[in-house]
Amino acid sequence: MSVQDISVKPSTDALFSGSSRTSRRNMGQFIRWALLFGGGILMIMPIVFMLSTSLKFPFEVYNLNLIPEEPTIENYTYVLEDGRFYHWFWNSLIIAILTTVSAVFFDALVGYALCKFKFPGRYIVFIAILSTLMIPTEMLVIPWYLMSKSFGWLDSYWGIMFPGMMTAFGTFLMKQFFETVPDDFLEAARIDGLNEFQIWWQVAMPLVRPALAALAIFVFLGNWTAFIWPLIVTNSADMYTLPVGLSSFGDEVDVAWELIMTGAAISTLPTLVVFLVFQRFIIRGVVMAGLKG
Amino acid sequence: MATLSIRNLVKSYGKVEVLHGISLDVADGEFVVFVGPSGCGKSTTLRMIAGLEDITGGEIHIGERLVNNLEPKDRDIAMVFQNYAIYPHMSVRKNIGFGLRTSKLPKAGKDKRIDEVAAILGMSDLLERRPNQLSGGQRQRVAIGRAMVRDPAVFLFDEPLSNLDAQLRTQMRLEIKKLHQRVGNTIVFVTHDQVEAMTMADRIVIMKDGHIQQVGTPLEVYHKPANIFVAQFIGAPSMNMLPGTWTGGGVRLADGLTVPLPARTAAEGANVVLGLRPDDLVVTNKKGFLSGQVAVVEPLGADTLVYVGVNGHELIAKASGREPPKVGQTVALTANAGEMHLFDAKSGEALP
Repeated sequence: MSVQDISVKPSTDALFSGSSRTSRRNMGQFIRWALLFGGGILMIMPIVFMLSTSLKFPFEVYNLNLIPEEPTIENYTYVLEDGRFYHWFWNSLIIAILTTVSAVFFDALVGYALCKFKFPGRYIVFIAILSTLMIPTEMLVIPWYLMSKSFGWLDSYWGIMFPGMMTAFGTFLMKQFFETVPDDFLEAARIDGLNEFQIWWQVAMPLVRPALAALAIFVFLGNWTAFIWPLIVTNSADMYTLPVGLSSFGDEVDVAWELIMTGAAISTLPTLVVFLVFQRFIIRGVVMAGLKG
Repeated sequence: MATLSIRNLVKSYGKVEVLHGISLDVADGEFVVFVGPSGCGKSTTLRMIAGLEDITGGEIHIGERLVNNLEPKDRDIAMVFQNYAIYPHMSVRKNIGFGLRTSKLPKAGKDKRIDEVAAILGMSDLLERRPNQLSGGQRQRVAIGRAMVRDPAVFLFDEPLSNLDAQLRTQMRLEIKKLHQRVGNTIVFVTHDQVEAMTMADRIVIMKDGHIQQVGTPLEVYHKPANIFVAQFIGAPSMNMLPGTWTGGGVRLADGLTVPLPARTAAEGANVVLGLRPDDLVVTNKKGFLSGQVAVVEPLGADTLVYVGVNGHELIAKASGREPPKVGQTVALTANAGEMHLFDAKSGEALP
């Protein structure tokens, strides 16, 4: 059979139906892009307003134009020259880092135990931990406050950090991820002579690195931006975290929005760094590489 | 290297007993294959030897030591898993060397040992690669290397070839057999594939429903199966079974035909089952002791498998690969009396 024998010219009908399919596909793509664009605008607008306001003089703050009429970096100079800002930044950084390390460690430890060890009451413990997710933070602050007071933790790092040092959400997340780690890995390590803690630390933890990275980002951001609890538990300006400290800019009559926005703009930098550092660990499919091909 | 001794091993999950007191002695340097259908208890037995499952009853000795209450790491065993279980976040070198972490060898000694094992497995060039850069067969070799590096008393293999394609499986089968001949360690290998069992084992342990059905060399279990289950499980295609009655000098089949056989231990008039391996039941142009119509023909090249309907039973026989019979043709079948097997119809046990 020659090449010509098997070449078939498309019929006119086929061409038309192909064209209508293409236009339907283009329309679908247009709608998708439009929705994404709209969502993107919604997400980016507060950030744009924050940056815009941080570059305005006080008289222009309530003018909602995106580009300041007289842009200034005076607010940045003021905030960065104000010693309190560094203090609050440092407080926030210490608290967010320590809480993140603690939450990732304990959430992964408890999640692993609940997932891989069969002990009586395991299910009840898991349900009890999960049920705490249904209680809103606003209801918890009073018992937290009373606890802090009775332990002498008011107005201290420990007092700010302790509610977030282990989280129900993180435990649940890690338990679910450890479910994806085949028991063969752990049994192989057991035969190779590792104890249970070493198996968790040296074998299981590296296999759930993407989940650890995701959890670290969630916990860090949650603690970096936390407002209500640090506001309640701290009394002195020295112990303020950045969000609490920023809210105190201004006086009793007027809120200095341009300074608050400037502080907020600077405070987003660590969150960007955290995201950039951890996102490279979020690579799918790492676990499966050691299994059957 | 060491012997392995299992005495009255019992395993229960709650009230359900899955292993019913099995006993077995494995000699030093022997290659023993546990084979059986899914759920027969072969993997459970292996995991109990490894210490990954608690022992409900009985004893396991590795060498002279009773290991019932020892941790897996203290049993001087190494195990290769079905899923390989090599760590994806470590290089091949680190994976192979993982079993030496607790060893008291100096670092240079460990590296030397890893290099030796890699050389034996032909993986010296792949030591710095990650598992995701390896093929299925190479990953399996890493898993074997991790077991080898510790030079254990007993190697345990849990269906290690199940995830490989047919060609690679044949290749790895050969490699493991060569490896055993080279290092000479005691090996316990679990598989559900009777071809793997036949080709690799010094002795085969055939299991069903938590009981050992027969232990023997591959030729013993093939030529002298202990019961109908073993006879049908070992050998492909499966052994043909024809029910009948023992007459003292042969088996009278349902249609009244008597197949003469040498004297057996069966009582006259007892219900028996006549077993004929497809390899021994041959299509002939001469007079045969059975005849029937060809239903299906399966050419294999050198031979042809022929499915023949005989008195309501479908028997599988062998015919020439060059001139196979045609579907619908009536053919005669013959076999040597010495290659026929007789089983008690009730108990299924072989009647010698």
